[in-house]
Amino acid sequence: MKVKQISVFLENKSGRLNAVTNLLAENGVNIRALSIADTSAFGILRLIVNDPDLAYKILRQASFTVSITEVIGVEMPDEPGGLAKVMKILDNCSINIEYLYAFISSTKGKAMVIFRVENIDDAIECLQKEGIRIVEGEILYKM
Amino acid sequence: MYWNEKYECLPREELKALQLERLKQTVERCFYNVPHYRKAMQELNVEPDDIQSLSDLSKLPFTVKTDLRDNYPYGMFAVPLSEVVRIHSSSGTTGKPTVVGYTRNDLNTWSELMARSLTCGGAAKGDVIHNAYGYGLFTGGLGVHYGAERLGASVIPISGGNTKRQIMIMKDYGSTVLTCTPSYALFLAEVMREMGYKKEDFRLKCGIFGAEPWSDNMREEIENKLGIMALDIYGLSEIIGPGVAMECPEKQGLHIWEDHFIAEIIDPETGEVLPPGSQGELVITSLTKEALPMLRYRTRDITMLIDEPCACGRTHQRLFRFSGRSDDMLIIRGVNVFPSQIESVLLEIGETEPHYQLIVDREGTMDNLEVWVEVSAEKFSDEVKMLENLKRTIRAAIESTLGISVEVKLVEPKTIPRSEGKAKRVIDKRHI
Repeated sequence: MKVKQISVFLENKSGRLNAVTNLLAENGVNIRALSIADTSAFGILRLIVNDPDLAYKILRQASFTVSITEVIGVEMPDEPGGLAKVMKILDNCSINIEYLYAFISSTKGKAMVIFRVENIDDAIECLQKEGIRIVEGEILYKM
Repeated sequence: MYWNEKYECLPREELKALQLERLKQTVERCFYNVPHYRKAMQELNVEPDDIQSLSDLSKLPFTVKTDLRDNYPYGMFAVPLSEVVRIHSSSGTTGKPTVVGYTRNDLNTWSELMARSLTCGGAAKGDVIHNAYGYGLFTGGLGVHYGAERLGASVIPISGGNTKRQIMIMKDYGSTVLTCTPSYALFLAEVMREMGYKKEDFRLKCGIFGAEPWSDNMREEIENKLGIMALDIYGLSEIIGPGVAMECPEKQGLHIWEDHFIAEIIDPETGEVLPPGSQGELVITSLTKEALPMLRYRTRDITMLIDEPCACGRTHQRLFRFSGRSDDMLIIRGVNVFPSQIESVLLEIGETEPHYQLIVDREGTMDNLEVWVEVSAEKFSDEVKMLENLKRTIRAAIESTLGISVEVKLVEPKTIPRSEGKAKRVIDKRHI
């Protein structure tokens, strides 16, 4: 049910993001979704890729500070209120969200949101009970 | 102007005779009252009777800062605690701080030497001395304070901080002498200007600055901005505090008060005593201290001794203005900082790689210390708040250890250069 997300620590200086994307390109890693959390001094790049284990390995070898974080991919209708409904369900279950980022799914009419929550198993159970589709990692990587 | 013309201008032969007499007493006091000294002397097969001339000084063992720490807190005292009327202490370097004590006579000596130093720097009875050295365990504030009172000047014990209030007081109370670190003097000058004051609005005539190394360029800047004569004072708590040596208006070095201290210059690598005029590490032996006598204390300060007569008439040798340290100690805003202190803080927290780099810079007039730390892959959290927390934790721990504020910057692994052998821990961008 869970999705492996690659997180990379980046100093806030020019060329760092380029270094990561270049390395991934050279090794044939395809980026599915990404987001960056930035502060004045550093940023954290978060990636969903086609092959997270490979991406982790090559980034690690290149001395990046990298970790694999478990997140969940939630599918929802690509229409007004799609995300709102999911948020309401999570709120009712008192699930605390660390961060999220969205992208449009290749399935027509569907949107995909990546959630990082405090208690991932509770969140999955809560969403599934309400009939929300959680997209497996293996499916997401190949989308 | 002299404070004690007889001793400040004592002919060198008489001065040397006095030194020898006092050295013998000091060695005896150390040997019989301080187990550490007795042991160190016995290891070198030296007894008090072996000291028959000043050149015998080199037979005595060196004393280093760690000796004080190993005998923490009072083990190096040569008198019972009941004779000690004052205790000062370092800000606490790696591990234990160093503790220094004073008998009533020691305080008297210190006050005399400070009165002598203040006079040498241009202060006199009738002056208003604005003392912005920190009061407390640090010897700067109280050292100047007692000297100023001995001198009969009016001392304002303003201590550090609250710069605008300092300036108001300096202006309204008519301060004529400023005592603080040279970087704070420059900072005061800057804030005065921001507040719309000109140097003519103040009655300042001279400044006695120390506790950190400063260049002639910086002197010129202070003198121009404040319209004063700026002179250098030297001291260290292990010896007595400020007032060990003082620059005279000739500005050709700092007179070390030789009736109370013997200065040697050694090769910091071999410990060999170097001839006059050579650059090396300053080693000081106290001659009159009762509570904490010091035999050949290695100051780690790099300088040279000038034994030519000075135009001011004082016969005491001069120390060339200081050019650096033989260890890696930094002086930041007057506070002694050892890179190893920061290393031990990082190891204690254990959330980062042990690699770090210290970037010291001077923004305007204030020293800035930035600590670069490598984020560890094992402990890396992908949440911003965790990293911000880590930064805060490191900053708070370093600040409470060093007693000065720092900036912490998290950097990527392997970005801090690893050099062969001794790591390049410090990048000092200050031009001092």
